[in-house]
Amino acid sequence: MALTFFRGIQTRPIWLYPSAFVATKHVFYCTMKSTQTQTLEKQQPELKASANTQSKTLDNILTDYEAIIGLETHVQLSTQTKAFCSCPYNYGSQPNATVCPICMGLPGALPVLNSKVIEHAVRLGLALNCKLSYNSKFDRKQYFYPDLPKGYQISQFDIPIATGGYVDLDLPVEFGGGHRRFGITRVHMEEDAGKLLHTGNGSYSQVDLNRAGVPLLEIVSEPDMRTGIEAAEYAAEVQRLVRYLGVSNGNMQEGSLRCDVNVSVRPIGQLEFGTKERLSCFHNLDEENVEIKNLNSFSAVQRSIDFEISRQVLLHSQGHGDQIVQETRLWEEGAQKTVTMRKKEGLADYRYFPEPDLPEVVLTKEYVDDVRSSLPELPEMKRRRYEKMGLSMQDILFLANDMNVADFFDTTIAKCADVKLAANWIMGDIAAYMKNEKLSINEIKLTPQELGELIASIKSGTISGKIGKEILFELMAKGGTVKGMIKEKDLVQAIIEINPVPVRKEEIVDPLEIGKLVDKVIAENPKQLEQYRGGKTKLQGYFAGQVMKESKGKANPGLLNKILVEKLNGKS
Amino acid sequence: MDYGLTGDSSPLISIYRRIPDVAMPPGRGFSFRDLYSYLSSEPEYGVSKNVEDKTVKLEDDLLTDPHSFPPTEMLSSVQNPRILLLQCRRHHHRHRLPLPPKPYLQTTISSSLHTSPPPASQIGTLRKSLLSREKTAVELAETYLTRIRLTEPQLKSFLHLSDNVLRDAGEIDRKIERNEEVGPLAGVFVGVKDNICTADMPSTAGSRILEGYRPPFDATAVRKLRESGAIVVGKTNLDEFGMGSTTEGSAYQVTANPWDLSRVPGGSSGGSAAAVSARQCVVSLGSDTGGSVRQPASFCGVVGLKPTYGRVSRFGLVAYASSLDVIGCFGSSVADTGTLLYAISGHDKLDATSSKREVPNFASAFITQDFSESKPLKGLRVGVIRETIDSGVDPEVISSIHGAASHLEELGCIVTEVSLPSFSLGLPAYYILASSESSSNLSRYDGIRYGNQAVSDELASLYGDSRAQGFGSEVKMRILMGTYALSAGYYDAYYKRAQQVRTLVQKSFKAALDENDILISPAAPSVAYKIGEKKNDPLAMYAGDIMTVNVNLAGLPALVLPCGFVEGGSAGLPVGFQMIGAAFDEEKLLKVGHIFEQTLQGCSFVPPLVADGFAC
Repeated sequence: MALTFFRGIQTRPIWLYPSAFVATKHVFYCTMKSTQTQTLEKQQPELKASANTQSKTLDNILTDYEAIIGLETHVQLSTQTKAFCSCPYNYGSQPNATVCPICMGLPGALPVLNSKVIEHAVRLGLALNCKLSYNSKFDRKQYFYPDLPKGYQISQFDIPIATGGYVDLDLPVEFGGGHRRFGITRVHMEEDAGKLLHTGNGSYSQVDLNRAGVPLLEIVSEPDMRTGIEAAEYAAEVQRLVRYLGVSNGNMQEGSLRCDVNVSVRPIGQLEFGTKERLSCFHNLDEENVEIKNLNSFSAVQRSIDFEISRQVLLHSQGHGDQIVQETRLWEEGAQKTVTMRKKEGLADYRYFPEPDLPEVVLTKEYVDDVRSSLPELPEMKRRRYEKMGLSMQDILFLANDMNVADFFDTTIAKCADVKLAANWIMGDIAAYMKNEKLSINEIKLTPQELGELIASIKSGTISGKIGKEILFELMAKGGTVKGMIKEKDLVQAIIEINPVPVRKEEIVDPLEIGKLVDKVIAENPKQLEQYRGGKTKLQGYFAGQVMKESKGKANPGLLNKILVEKLNGKS
Repeated sequence: MDYGLTGDSSPLISIYRRIPDVAMPPGRGFSFRDLYSYLSSEPEYGVSKNVEDKTVKLEDDLLTDPHSFPPTEMLSSVQNPRILLLQCRRHHHRHRLPLPPKPYLQTTISSSLHTSPPPASQIGTLRKSLLSREKTAVELAETYLTRIRLTEPQLKSFLHLSDNVLRDAGEIDRKIERNEEVGPLAGVFVGVKDNICTADMPSTAGSRILEGYRPPFDATAVRKLRESGAIVVGKTNLDEFGMGSTTEGSAYQVTANPWDLSRVPGGSSGGSAAAVSARQCVVSLGSDTGGSVRQPASFCGVVGLKPTYGRVSRFGLVAYASSLDVIGCFGSSVADTGTLLYAISGHDKLDATSSKREVPNFASAFITQDFSESKPLKGLRVGVIRETIDSGVDPEVISSIHGAASHLEELGCIVTEVSLPSFSLGLPAYYILASSESSSNLSRYDGIRYGNQAVSDELASLYGDSRAQGFGSEVKMRILMGTYALSAGYYDAYYKRAQQVRTLVQKSFKAALDENDILISPAAPSVAYKIGEKKNDPLAMYAGDIMTVNVNLAGLPALVLPCGFVEGGSAGLPVGFQMIGAAFDEEKLLKVGHIFEQTLQGCSFVPPLVADGFAC
């Protein structure tokens, strides 16, 4: 096969130096044929997550086995510049647009640590309840790959910045609920590699080094999870945490949050793993179990694990346990199954040794205390606080899921004390509106202060719930204040005059019942009706007062006014 | 391009995937076990007894050696302060740890006998003639270019010569004409070792794999030189990636020693040393990982300075062993060397290992004074490292060091012997650490982004062939050794143990430097040897680094300056001695070195090759 190699880099304004490269395209080229072979399994039983012919027997078998699941999560930090140079990183830039001699690994270039990386690592370490290493260091992890410019990745090996923590989370009610605590083995800092773009015909691959040198935090969990949903919820909690902390945008689609899953199964009661022991953490040698990659969503995490558990259990139950080998498997979203990506021949030896170009990372107690005091209220604390307020778990999980929503809620309830109402408004109409308009809570025009005002006005009876809803939609779309809106529309002044007593226990909201009262009052006041129809529309207030009197103050003012106007104007 | 290496390329490269299976290639004449045996041998703590024996023997020498008294030519130099001291020497020795009193310098070789003034600062002379408008920078540049044209065919010190020398010189002339401020190194012609990046010239590190590679940036040291007004003349030859002690390891050419063209200039900064020695440039930059500045300085009879690790930014220095590499300076006088160091020193935000310490202006150390009147170094404590004047070192070299020690004593120093028990452990530890780091640092030369790329239809052989064709045998050997030492299961026995030795070495230097202001030793166990002599005996070549590697392990500054000659070549071969100081105390080394050099008489370290003298 005849192959041509091109290498080059576009000379860009950012590249102020005369370059040694011949400018051809935005990317480097190299061949990438043998490294990523995807072998199709032949002898292994065909499994589909959705196939229900087998599922009944499988369900029976599954109950005899237990899955051991651990996650390695890579979090891309949202620092302004890369970990060791001053290049920015913007997802989706032109290939090789944000590179420099340092992140390209040119001869003579040296890394200098971005101090924000340490700060983010400390923030996450504290949030994960970890013990921090006050003296840690960087190490080199060595392997050859075209997306790794230096031939080694700057990472942390034996002294990670944080170790031995845990996360608490609440499983969703629809999955049975329950509180879980999963252990965190370690958190360490490292740099990202570039990206390979494989061409259609496979004759060459292209290298984009924009991502090379972008800071990552790798979070290794203890193998504490037993089901796909637990793993997915763990990953979701990590995403919430990094977003709360502002260390990453946590976006899985862009690869800002990446999960690799380790799965093995064992018969219940047996201590040995299906594949050899040791799930995580000993990084000099590859982990010895089935690892799943290419998981771009939480549901992919969940479904791939469930598939993998079924696959491994089936192999075990059929006496093919020996076919479960140390390997990396790829989740195929289309086929909803995992396939072999590469089998591990022996163990990869990364020949870690301390990075001599970077000084040790020394944290002081003052520094850590400063960072600790700057931490926001974390999801778990929020959930426990909301729980104490008496909210349901469904409400709690919804509100605490997004820090901005939680903040909106907190500001709302500071204005009006009714937490249940506030939660209902946010989770109901506001959430629906955000979903329809594809807006985040910070993008809608409604401020939490006004929502509080609105709820207070409804509660005080100033306006009815129905009017409140109308106002809400206007506020979300146009902004403004509740008071302004009420005044502008001249909605309830009469009622305020006549019925200053706000507290009503059994509000009459049935339109028919209110209609009857209105009919009665109109019938009793033919003179006023004539005057009204003659143009003296201010008499509406008189009628409304009479109806309210008749209802002993229980009629819903919004409905009352609406029905009254209709009847006064002779409709129906 | 065919490098004649394609045949055996693939097995070598397979190591990157499966390390532990690979044994050393047979027939190298050197095995990893040799290094290991160094490491596993017990440190020689029981030296004291031996030393006592030796002391007795040396005193016998004193009694019988006909040269025990100053040779007559010394008496002729009336101002030599040494003469005044001679009478009391024996007295001194009885009271202190006896230093072998050989109160003469090895200046018995006739051709070096002509009396010559002490080396003057070429930078100072040049600056004076420029600013007084006696000469223009262009005229000076032409002098140097002419000399390069004459000597370069024999020496081959440069891999690349700048096309812009005259343009740069013209610019300086115009500035002077307009009475504008010119930098402290205005018009100074500097050679730069080819493993230091220059944006306007190729930077190959002496390797095929970087043939024609032109970096997009200047190394920080080079940038500082240019900002000081220096003119970079060209890129000097070196052993590939700095791995070697002879400059024979260059992929392009072998540089000759200006004192004897059949001999090596030392290495790896052989090109830089030879260029300064032959006055092809005023000063030059080298790099020193295990002695690569100091050993060639000794071989070529020039001043070589290895600064403290962290004093000079490594940004732009093609990494060999990052924890040991430093950029160093060559000059024909201590003053020039110090001036060059001052220009390139200081913290650099692009090198996280560069020190934030303030850089003192070394110029105060070079004030010319009349040294004959008093003992200018009175009270300075000098320790001669006992292990460096031991067996395995040329007797003539040892004599020269004794001579230098005597000279220091005459200048008022208190000279004693000190022992560094861990000294012999340094060499194997150094080769393990340097190889380990280099195996990692050289991973980036994979043919993907720059440098020579082999044609191949799949990735593994693309890597394998590019590296097999691009690297020379010494580099491959060190990559293999380093890869082995870092492999799982071997790490503790090699890398970790070598790091422990490094700590030991640092501690013993610290202890010795608490007792002494400076330590002295030879710069190399021999003078320059013949080209090809040690080419096929890597272990012998590695052993030649014994004097220097410990200093790199400890990160200390060291100054090598010529102190005498031994027989060889047409005019004798220069011998250098090494002064080691405490961390960041370059100022003291330069001060002592300057006084030593200015009071050393009867030696002229201008090689015979330089026919036109070096007036400029």
